[in-house]
Amino acid sequence: MRWLRYLNQWRGTAKEALEQVSIVAKFLCLIHVTDRYIISSTHVQGPSMLPTLNLTGDVILTEHLSHRFGKIGLGDIVLVRSPTDPTRMVTKRVLGLEGHRLSFSADPLVGDSSVSVVVPKGHVWIQGDNLYASTDSRNFGPVPYNLIEGKALLRVWPPRFLGSLR
Amino acid sequence: MGIQNLLWQVTKKAFTGGIIGVTISDRCCSVVPVRGDSMSPTFNPQRNSYLDDYVLVEKFCLQDYKFARGDVVVFSSPTHFRDRYIKRIVGLPGEWISSSRDVIRVPEGHCWVEGDNKASSLDSRTFGPIPLGLIRGRVTSVVWPPQRNCMLALFMVCAFYIIKWVSIQLHVPQDSLWKL
Repeated sequence: MRWLRYLNQWRGTAKEALEQVSIVAKFLCLIHVTDRYIISSTHVQGPSMLPTLNLTGDVILTEHLSHRFGKIGLGDIVLVRSPTDPTRMVTKRVLGLEGHRLSFSADPLVGDSSVSVVVPKGHVWIQGDNLYASTDSRNFGPVPYNLIEGKALLRVWPPRFLGSLR
Repeated sequence: MGIQNLLWQVTKKAFTGGIIGVTISDRCCSVVPVRGDSMSPTFNPQRNSYLDDYVLVEKFCLQDYKFARGDVVVFSSPTHFRDRYIKRIVGLPGEWISSSRDVIRVPEGHCWVEGDNKASSLDSRTFGPIPLGLIRGRVTSVVWPPQRNCMLALFMVCAFYIIKWVSIQLHVPQDSLWKL
């Protein structure tokens, strides 16, 4: 049982090491909870939300409380897990809640053909502000409300555009 | 003064414990009860709610969303925003599923889920294929009641005796072991 005697000798050091590790672990857990449930920052890029969000990438603060209480409303910019690729997040604007009737033109470049759709229960209609360069609900249909992961609050980078998003 | 201090200590410990618990349950695994009989006889083979199964749900699969046909998953409902269901994946993206009326292709990023008890199960035959992003975890095993999982029961009994033996060797007073 020699190794058990060694264990006894190193008990003091082991206890101190465990304390330090536990402080770091608790801090990381706090970061995780804040990032997932309260507020976090996201880097968004792409042309689909021009002119609201820039092409080359902005950092926005998103809060993760509203969607848990069902308080996402029309016109909110939301962070949604993409229904075509679950490892990607997309940023779009909510233009229709459940039960709303929407009409959109299937191909904005060509022009006239208009399609009318009713958003089913438990779903929302998301659309990018830049109708010509955005894959959104006009392509993949209304998305379930539970795919929404956060609501955009304000933009923090680049600093000259600091402020709320409208 | 003493009461205030005690209250503060208790609150701090509860807060820390809560945060650690939430992180583990989000990133590692959690235990959830199975309600209803849509997955009979795999889960809840009897209808009595005192004997509901509790299952271990692992969250490591949410790093890359790679699932296989036959995985039992927990997912958020596409129609009711607070509900969660447990069903089995029977169709991966790109596969063809024959439902009651016709043959459907599962789109990219979606999957087809069905319950094992086809007679009473609300699943993709009603609400269509679900986006993979709705999945909240994969079920690995049943943890309660223990007679449904003999490996786990055996492991718990062995672990108890090993911890008892090691603590005796380390001369930890046996009544302080319970304070841990």
